Amino acid sequence: MFIVFKRRQCSKYSLVALFFLFYFIKANAQTAEEIVQKIKMKLEKINDYEAEGKMKTNVAFIKAPLATVKVFYKKPDKLLILNQSGISFIPKGSVNININNVFVNMHAFDVIDAGRDNAGLRVIKLLPKDDTADIVLSTLYVDEKNMLVKKSKTTTKENGTYELEMNYSKFLEYGLPDKVIFSFNTKDYKLPKGITLDYDDGSEKNADKLKNKRGTVEINYKNYIINKGIDDKIFSR
Amino acid sequence: MWKLLKIELFKIFKRPRTYIAFGAIAAIVFLFQIALWFDGKTYIELILSNIDASFDFSDQFKTRLLNGYFVCFAVLNILLIQMPLLVALIAGDVIAGEANMGTLRLSLTKPVSRTQYMLGKFFASSIYTVLLLLFLAVLALFGSILLFGTNDLVIFRSTSIHQMSRDDIFWRYIAAFGYAAVALTTVASLAFLLSVFAENSIGPIIATMSIVIVFTILSEMNIPLYDRTIKPYLFTTHMVAWKGFFYVRSNEEGATIKGSIENLPAILKSLSVLLIYIFLFVSSAIWIFKRKDILS
Repeated sequence: MFIVFKRRQCSKYSLVALFFLFYFIKANAQTAEEIVQKIKMKLEKINDYEAEGKMKTNVAFIKAPLATVKVFYKKPDKLLILNQSGISFIPKGSVNININNVFVNMHAFDVIDAGRDNAGLRVIKLLPKDDTADIVLSTLYVDEKNMLVKKSKTTTKENGTYELEMNYSKFLEYGLPDKVIFSFNTKDYKLPKGITLDYDDGSEKNADKLKNKRGTVEINYKNYIINKGIDDKIFSR
Repeated sequence: MWKLLKIELFKIFKRPRTYIAFGAIAAIVFLFQIALWFDGKTYIELILSNIDASFDFSDQFKTRLLNGYFVCFAVLNILLIQMPLLVALIAGDVIAGEANMGTLRLSLTKPVSRTQYMLGKFFASSIYTVLLLLFLAVLALFGSILLFGTNDLVIFRSTSIHQMSRDDIFWRYIAAFGYAAVALTTVASLAFLLSVFAENSIGPIIATMSIVIVFTILSEMNIPLYDRTIKPYLFTTHMVAWKGFFYVRSNEEGATIKGSIENLPAILKSLSVLLIYIFLFVSSAIWIFKRKDILS
């Protein structure tokens, strides 16, 4: 009799505990919109920044040295990558290396929760409300704990798909990355030999291998100067 | 030998036609530099039009790209094809010119062997060639640096783009000019050989020009049959190997390796081919001249 009573009491407590657990999870689970808003609020603390870093360009048909660059950003969506003294090939769409730019026109997108990826990152898809917009789809991979976008994929109508990977460490509190890898589509490069008058040293025999590859630009940031004001003239270069 | 060389150099630089080549080079280089000074942006945009779908090119990028090193490379790309013609103008005249004036027989009455006489003439032609090239180097390289400044050099090949940092370029130009001196000496030795057969200088000059033009066209043609059979043996194929000093190697991540040359063995092979040609042309000229009955 005692044992039966104990079992009944036990299952009653379990049910109550489960009820509270579900209530707790429900209360703490954030919707995709909430996450996007929180990240947006975090990034909105930054009005402008000037960052110094080393840029590595990896495009199949380009051989370029490591460059020292300065990256300038100003709200809402101004961005400039400037090689301090030399020449750097800057890919189209590089304005997207600054994740702040994704959040500028959030009202123009529908936010869709796409669950989690294998690494446990929250996957959020942004669909443009306007059918004529250049961006077809943006996917954000968010570290919910730190409210950081670790990866993004943007598919455009005109320039293919851009991918952005970010590593955070020193500037985590501002949501600014230490390292950015921006990958993009490249079109085939070919100039007529009658113009270049190349010396055939046998090194261009595998030219077909250089076609239709994706290129990457990697920037390792050394430091950021945040919210110190940047003149608009810089962006007109 | 030194005295003989001095006499030959005196003869070359006494003739007004010698300075035609210097004048022509100065005119071409200046015209090219002036054109790029005023309308270089259009030229740059034309080159970049092939990749502007993938990259953003700011005005600053274009200005920096159009620097002295880039302008010099563009000048050399055009001029080093025309320069053999200017070299032939003098080298084709060294023996035939004397035969035409009737001074050849007189010169050979001096106590100098025919081999020494020929070598003196060949070295004088070679010195003229090197001086012409030095003149070009001063105008094209230093003149362009003065006008356009320095920056990284970007070379646009047929299927790849090579970029070198500004502190990794000057030595490449020294090597390229050194190589070009050998390449033009090959043309000088061909004109020198043809000069032995003629009684006036027009024939060897035109014959040299024709051979260089035909061979250059064959070298630039991309026909597999010629690529395998004829092209490797034409001296004009190897004359453009100076460009090889501006083709760089890259690491696994695509970054340029400073101080590297993409295919140095290929350049050395081309250099050997040219040196063999020079040896064959000059030794044939001497051999024929030694057996020749000098009548004029």
